[in-house]
This record gives sequence, C-alpha cells and structure tokens, in this order.
Amino acid sequence: MNLTFSQKEKIKNILFHVLVGGFCFFMLYPLLWMVAGSLKTSGNALSATLWPQAMQFSNFLEGWRGFGGVSFAVFFRNSFFIAGTATVGQIILASFSAFGFTRTRFIGQKFWFAIMIATVLVPGQILRIPQYIMFNQWGWVGSFLPVILPQMLPVPFFTFLMVQFVRGIPKELDEAAEIDGCSKFGIFFKIILPNLKPVLVTAGIFRFYWSWNDFMTPLLYLQSVTKYPVSIALKMFSDPNAITNWGAMFAMTFLSILPTIILFIFFQRYLIDGVAFSGID
Amino acid sequence: MNNKFGALDSVRSLDAGMNKKKWIKENLTGYVFILPWLIGFLAFLAFPLLRSLYYSLTEYTIVGDPSWVGLRNYIEIFTDDPKFWTSLKVTFYYVVFAVPLRLASALALALVFRKARPFTNFYRAAYYVPSILGGSVAISVIWRQLFSSQGAFNDFLVAMGIMGDRISWIGHPDYAIWTIIILAAWQFGSPMIIFLAGLKQIPKGLYEAAEIDGAGKIQQFFSVTLPLLTPVIFFNLIMQMVKMFMVFTQVYIITEGGPLNRTLVYAVYLYRKGISNGYLGYGSALAWIILVLLTIVTIVLFKTSNKWVYYESEGE
Repeated sequence: MNLTFSQKEKIKNILFHVLVGGFCFFMLYPLLWMVAGSLKTSGNALSATLWPQAMQFSNFLEGWRGFGGVSFAVFFRNSFFIAGTATVGQIILASFSAFGFTRTRFIGQKFWFAIMIATVLVPGQILRIPQYIMFNQWGWVGSFLPVILPQMLPVPFFTFLMVQFVRGIPKELDEAAEIDGCSKFGIFFKIILPNLKPVLVTAGIFRFYWSWNDFMTPLLYLQSVTKYPVSIALKMFSDPNAITNWGAMFAMTFLSILPTIILFIFFQRYLIDGVAFSGID
Repeated sequence: MNNKFGALDSVRSLDAGMNKKKWIKENLTGYVFILPWLIGFLAFLAFPLLRSLYYSLTEYTIVGDPSWVGLRNYIEIFTDDPKFWTSLKVTFYYVVFAVPLRLASALALALVFRKARPFTNFYRAAYYVPSILGGSVAISVIWRQLFSSQGAFNDFLVAMGIMGDRISWIGHPDYAIWTIIILAAWQFGSPMIIFLAGLKQIPKGLYEAAEIDGAGKIQQFFSVTLPLLTPVIFFNLIMQMVKMFMVFTQVYIITEGGPLNRTLVYAVYLYRKGISNGYLGYGSALAWIILVLLTIVTIVLFKTSNKWVYYESEGE
C-alpha cells in the first residue's frame, strides 16, 4: 500500500496518541483509583474498578470528622498555616539574601557564597538528631517553631536559584536608582523584587509543596493532635490496622492533595519553566 | 562601578574620611542582606552538624547526658551492628535500581515529547503530576493500599490470569522493595522536563550533518543526542542519587522497613535507632557515616565524569 506523506503523518499521530495516551492512563491510574475510591462504598473501595456503583458522597463528611475529636478542618488549618508562613518567609528572605550576595560588596562575600553552594546538597536527614536535641534544649518541641523556622529562613537551594535570577537583571537599573538617592534597601524593594516575580512564584510553589508534604519534621516536633498538619493526620487516619472505613480514608487522601493539584493547574507554566531552568525537583 | 558614573566616584573619593564611613556602611549593608541566610546556616546547619560530630563520639541517650566514649560508636556500628549493614545493602539496592529506572523513563518520554504534536503539552503536564505528588503522605497511603492483598494490583493480576491467589506485595520479603522502587520510577516527571530542556539546546545542524553522513535515526541518537546530553544526565544522576539515598517518608509509611528488614533503608534505620529508640550519640555516628559515604560517592561520580560527560568547550 502506498501512503502519501500526510497519511503517514496521520497514522503516526494516531499511534502516538494510543501509546502515549494509554501509558498516561496507566501512570495516572493510582490517582484516578483514589478519586474513585473516595466515592465508593467502604466494602468496595479497594477494588480496581474506577466506576463507583453508588456515589457515596457521605465518605467526605465522615472522613472530615477526623479522629480523637479533632476534625480535618483543624489539620488543614495547621497545614495552611505552616506551609503559608514557610512560603511567604522563604521567598522574601531568600530573595533578600540573594540580593546581598549579588548586589552589595562586603568582606567575606566570596567565602560565604562558596559555603552556601557547598551546602546545597546536604540532606536534611543528617541534621535531624542534633536539631532535635537543640530544639529540645530551647524548649521548642511541641510548638510550630522548629517545623516552620528552618523552612522559612533561606535554604541554599532557593537562595542560589534567586542569585541566578538577580544576576540577570541589568545593573543599570540599580545605578540609575542610586543616582536618584535610593538606598540599597530601596533598590531591593522597588527595583529587584518586582523583577523577580517569575522566580518568586516558582520558588514559592515548590516551598509550599515541600512544606505541605513535609512529614518528618512535624512527626518529630508536634505532639498534640490539635497541632497536627494534614500529612501526619492522614498517616494516623489511614493506619491499616485500625481503619475500617476505606471510603472515608480515600476521601481525605484526595482532599489532602487537592491544594497541590489546584496550584499545579494554575501555575503549570511557572513550574515547568522553573524545573527546566533550575533543575528543581 | 560602571564607567558612566566614574566621575561621580572620583569626586566622592576626595574625602578619605567619608570613604571609610562609606566602606563600613557598605559592609554593614551587605551583612544585613545576607543575615537571614547566615542565621539559618549557623543555627540550623553548621551548629547542629558540628554538635552531631561531637555527639557521635559520646554515649548519649534521650534520658541522660552525653559522656565521651571516643570512637566506640563507630567501632560498634562497623563490627557489631548487622542492621547497619542490612540498611546499607537495602539502600544501595534501592538506589541502584530506582535511579536508572527513573532516569531512563524520563529520557525515553523526553524523546517522545521532543517533537511537538497535538496535546503534547497536556501529556507532558500529566506525566509531570506524579513528580509533584510523589513525596506526599497521600501517595504513600495509596501505594500501600494499591499493593496490599485486597488492593487493585491483585485484581488486575487475578483478572488477567497471571496470579491465582492474591498476595500482599508490600508484605512479601522479595517484592516489598520493588513496590517502593516502582514508586520512585513513577516520579520521573521532573528529570523528564530537565531532559526536554537539554534536548532543546542541541543544535539542529548537528542532525543535518549526521544525516548527510548517512547516519540513521538510531545512529543519530547514539552519536549526537546521547553525547550532547551527558551533562544533563550527569546533573540528574547526582541530584536524584542524593535524594534517593535518603528516602524516608515512602518507606516509613508503605512498609515501615519490613518485612524482615528487607526494606530497611538507611534513613528509616537512622530515625528508628537515633530518635525512636533514643540513642542520640549512636544515631549521630550513623548520620556522619552516611554523610561521608554520600560525599565519597558524589566525588567518585564527579571524578569519573571527565571520562563520559561531554563538555562542548573541549570538543570544539
């Protein structure tokens, strides 16, 4: 059979969609399964089908009640508080310090910058025990401080990312402002910060994701149920030895990733460009 | 300062006293700006890291004070702690399979999405979603149910006639680690995006030249695409390796290190020994061992990189 070029292209396109689309469905199946599970009856929730026989919206109401007399409203509030504070703090403070590394001059600048780069890859897990001892001595265990503060102060990764970005902003802008009598602080807030918008959004989203999903630090430092974020609550709520209501568990699992998904849908561009630019993960 | 305003500078420098003041002010301003990072670095990184080096040389439990024991913790770890060796073995097994699987999937899909077709953007975004969700408790909880004995994975195998009986994949000594490796491979989205960005950098002219030389598609991949992509592969390799060496949440939730310690990765062992059981000194030694090990592996990778990573400036 002789096919014209455009016919060949068409067949290639169809093949592409069948293969890539099929694999895509396979990839997203765990997520679809979870969403379906949140609507199935408890006895049926673990079955492979994606089609719930009876839409069981009551799973959400039952799950929302939480455990130990504390509802998921509290857990969500805690998570938004932790992730929100960490995000706002991180993007402002990291850009502030990035400005210091690029647009001011001081003794030891090169040294501190080298230290910052060198610590990008230090895994947080290594620091857990001494940090725990330290926070314990400071009497911080049981409060939000040891969870939020280390995520709020500039982490090397974001600081470095912002340094890269500040370097791309023309120095002439600073100099013109300086002539007009602007101080370094004025330059930062009036000139640099507005120009950093794309990287602030990218870093902000990733900071929010990581803080929202953070499991180990709240596990270590938060002891009362009323302070639990969603991540810890979900782990408790889904304990396979205790749980009977699978539908409710899936419903809460679904709600717990909803903020992430919504942010992703709205800020996709920033995310994907950010990953391509910086190698963020 | 820029030449344009050089004149202004020289007028200022006439006054030496003012210059000194200016110098102090400049330094002070600089330090004020880096202060947030500096506080974070000193309080949450440098100080704890050095403290833990000291603690690692002490016997220190959650109920007592640290007392100096020299290298005893390290000696005990290396000579009298089978779980340490188990956790190292498990972690290496995990890293050796999970990292290449994730990177290979990422590269394969990046090549597929390289050419723009209808809906490419949608697919790319969809394949990226597991990457942003992967670290969450939610995904670990789903995974645990998916591969449990009642879970959907068994439904498929039974329906397709591959398996007669349902088994708990997360509870099986041989397969449990693989449920976690698959979870890692599943999150290939962000290296995929990085590969796509790398592929865009390869000049089209090289392919045209290769075509003129009579190279087929496969030959083009091995002689143009792959060599030019090695810097990106190397970058991804380092980043993913460091991350996966310290995998915690997924294992802690899905298998809790079991069954029979077959999924006891290093971070879980570290947490269990150092924090749950309260051996703070011993745990600090464990933390330092993995830090040194990770540094060695990274350095070795960097050293070997001259052999296989292609840098343009050398080639041209």
